[in-house]
Amino acid sequence: MSLPAFWFILIAVLWTGYFVLEGFDFGVGLLLPVLGRDNIDRRLMINAIGPVWDGNEVWLLTAGGATFAAFPLWYASMFSGFYLALLLILVALIIRGVCFEFRGKVDSPRWRSRWDVAIVVGSAVPALLWGVAFANIVRGVPLNASHVYTGNLLSLLNWYGLLGGLTTLSLFALHGAIFLSLKTDGEMRHRARALAVRIAAAAVPIAAGFLIASQVSHGKAATDATAGLAAVALVGAVWAASRGREGLAFTGTAITLALSVATLFGDLWPDVFRSTTSAAYSLTVSNASSSHYTLTVMTWVALIFTPVVLAYQGWTYWVFAKRLTRSDISMPTATDLPPAQVGGRP
Amino acid sequence: MSTLELSRWQFGITTVYHFIFVPLTIGLSLLVALLQTAWLVKKDPAYLRLTKFFGKLFLINFAVGVVTGIVQEFQFGMNWSAYSKFVGDVFGAPLAMEALLAFFMESTFLGLWIFGWDKLSPRLHLATIWLAAIGTSLSAYFILAANAWMQHPVGYTVNPVTHRAELTSIIALLTNSTALASWPHVFFASFLITGAVVIAVAAWHLRHPGGSGDAESAADEVALFRKVLRLGLGITLAAAVATAATGDVQARLMDSQQPMKMAAAEALYNTESPASFSLFTIGSLNGNKELWSVRVPYLLSLIATLDPPGTVQGIDNVARAYVKKYGPGDYKPVIPVTYWTFRLMIGFGLLAGLLALIGLWLTRRRRELPRSSSFYRVAIWAVVLPYLGTTSGWIFTEMGRQPWTVFGVLKTQQSVSAGVTPSSVIISMTVFTLLYATLAAIAGRLAVRHIKAGAPQESPADQAGPQLPVFSY
Repeated sequence: MSLPAFWFILIAVLWTGYFVLEGFDFGVGLLLPVLGRDNIDRRLMINAIGPVWDGNEVWLLTAGGATFAAFPLWYASMFSGFYLALLLILVALIIRGVCFEFRGKVDSPRWRSRWDVAIVVGSAVPALLWGVAFANIVRGVPLNASHVYTGNLLSLLNWYGLLGGLTTLSLFALHGAIFLSLKTDGEMRHRARALAVRIAAAAVPIAAGFLIASQVSHGKAATDATAGLAAVALVGAVWAASRGREGLAFTGTAITLALSVATLFGDLWPDVFRSTTSAAYSLTVSNASSSHYTLTVMTWVALIFTPVVLAYQGWTYWVFAKRLTRSDISMPTATDLPPAQVGGRP
Repeated sequence: MSTLELSRWQFGITTVYHFIFVPLTIGLSLLVALLQTAWLVKKDPAYLRLTKFFGKLFLINFAVGVVTGIVQEFQFGMNWSAYSKFVGDVFGAPLAMEALLAFFMESTFLGLWIFGWDKLSPRLHLATIWLAAIGTSLSAYFILAANAWMQHPVGYTVNPVTHRAELTSIIALLTNSTALASWPHVFFASFLITGAVVIAVAAWHLRHPGGSGDAESAADEVALFRKVLRLGLGITLAAAVATAATGDVQARLMDSQQPMKMAAAEALYNTESPASFSLFTIGSLNGNKELWSVRVPYLLSLIATLDPPGTVQGIDNVARAYVKKYGPGDYKPVIPVTYWTFRLMIGFGLLAGLLALIGLWLTRRRRELPRSSSFYRVAIWAVVLPYLGTTSGWIFTEMGRQPWTVFGVLKTQQSVSAGVTPSSVIISMTVFTLLYATLAAIAGRLAVRHIKAGAPQESPADQAGPQLPVFSY
């Protein structure tokens, strides 16, 4: 395998890591007002992703850094081309990131409810826009002879792009609900599982529609297989969730996301940033890549350190494997209690 | 304004803002790791109180540092796509390494530290904060190596076919003399800020000894925060000396690698030997009219060459040499900006160190704490000094490199994104500025609240047996 091909696959793997991991914490953020009936519920949900969300987000930074190092032309054209879409994503990620840290710092229901809104919006915007972005990458965007994007924000909002956005949004919501059913116990666990089955009623047809649309226009034999397996894994996940087998269900949605990323990257190959203006203007694995030396150095770095990262991140999940319940959430704050009780506190 | 000018403003605003939070992250993570180590070794609950107290302050600061850091990685591609295309082969490598080697370590182990108090053994839990702190400093090294390459490009060649820079030696890139000099400078400057924050926190509590209300606990508070104050003063003084010493090493490198920046730091138009250093100048700084200045003879020569009568090249002389070497063009940075930021960087840093020295003297052993309220007022407000110093330093080093993004290789005007319209950048700049201002107001308010709330006593139950997760959201 050539080095650029290896890096194309590695970048697909990094995006897979990002979607599988941050996918569920986007989902938990999205479902905050739906599953979180009171502040203890909401804290339970936030604490379920608390130890890991920041590490999950680093997969995005690593995917970005890897694209910069291995395919500078791709990084340059895509990031400048998707300028306003990325601005929206950045703003959402900024707001969402500080939410978790700041939400509990002031004991006031009004303060918290504002941050709750911010968590939902901060999770929904990237969950939708990553799908829009990837669908457009596969579909192709207007690029001129210098690989400069000539469209605007609205040209990304075509039906296929929007379907891609709804796919990531609904899959992340499903993945998040299943994660909560796996990570919590008691009432939250049951409500999350029931909600997962309801979300699936929308997520399954949307994702299936998107995968079919992708395969009809851009498919290959190999990706027909991955798309088919993604659909099987999705249906299997829903079945497992409905039978109360949360671990299996979570594995199912994780595999669905991984195979969907594999399908999209497979459909994109050997292009990396496809031009709809002229096929000759497309950036490809070979014309966008870094020099052989840089790719060799980075390959060694990736081969040595990726397993290390996977080991300690995996260990983190093991450390925090225990299911959380409402009683784990430390001391209720004054405003958690009904007004009548507040006066009685010492 | 053009996309170029707007993008420069946006990069300046977002980067200066990001760096408000970075130094305290570097310094406090190590300080918290040291405090927690002290607690485990000495078993004194006061250290645990301080670990948790400064730990929470660290997390408030860290949150803003992290989220504004994401923007940094993205905006090279968003606003500077021509630059990214040209340098990606070289510059992308340290950025990708930073994410893979440092960011993962920092964020994963910090998550373990925050939530792991009751899940990990005390030693293992201590190891997590050390790993997070090491990840933070490691991340600083990679990004400074990337920046050093822009100041002093090494280990690369420009491919004549693609007209793009290509890496030829990763070792040269990572051991760039400029990176080896700038990392310690930034590292010690981070402790200048951290020390100043510790001083301000302690001074506030010594001024308002609350405790739980009774006289005994108020006296305990005073005893505790007196130690904290001395710790902060010691850190600040040591960091000031180390920052000055490492900055001095950088000055000589700058003189040999970027002589224009050295000349612009002094607004020295004509080559002089020996060259004097002006503490300040009243006048236009354009080389024609100097109304009044206070000068220290030989000092600029000494800074630039370590030799009192040494030759320091002037702006005009360097500019003529650059025209010969790089072709016609204007090679002068904005002189008043470089002149004043150089002085402010040094001045604010030295003033912080000097105040720390005075503070150490006034609080020396077996002496009662100063009663005058102005002592505490100065101790609290002096916290802004090192922040102004580091901000000035970054503005100096980046503005002093102009008109280049990569010195001698790529100009800033050639670096900007081709397809991005000025209106897009106006939108993003406005959004970032407003969002960052809001974040600063919220984070500042939370930090002040947290500082004023103080370090609660550890109840005996907390120290034995399993605890509730202390930091959970």
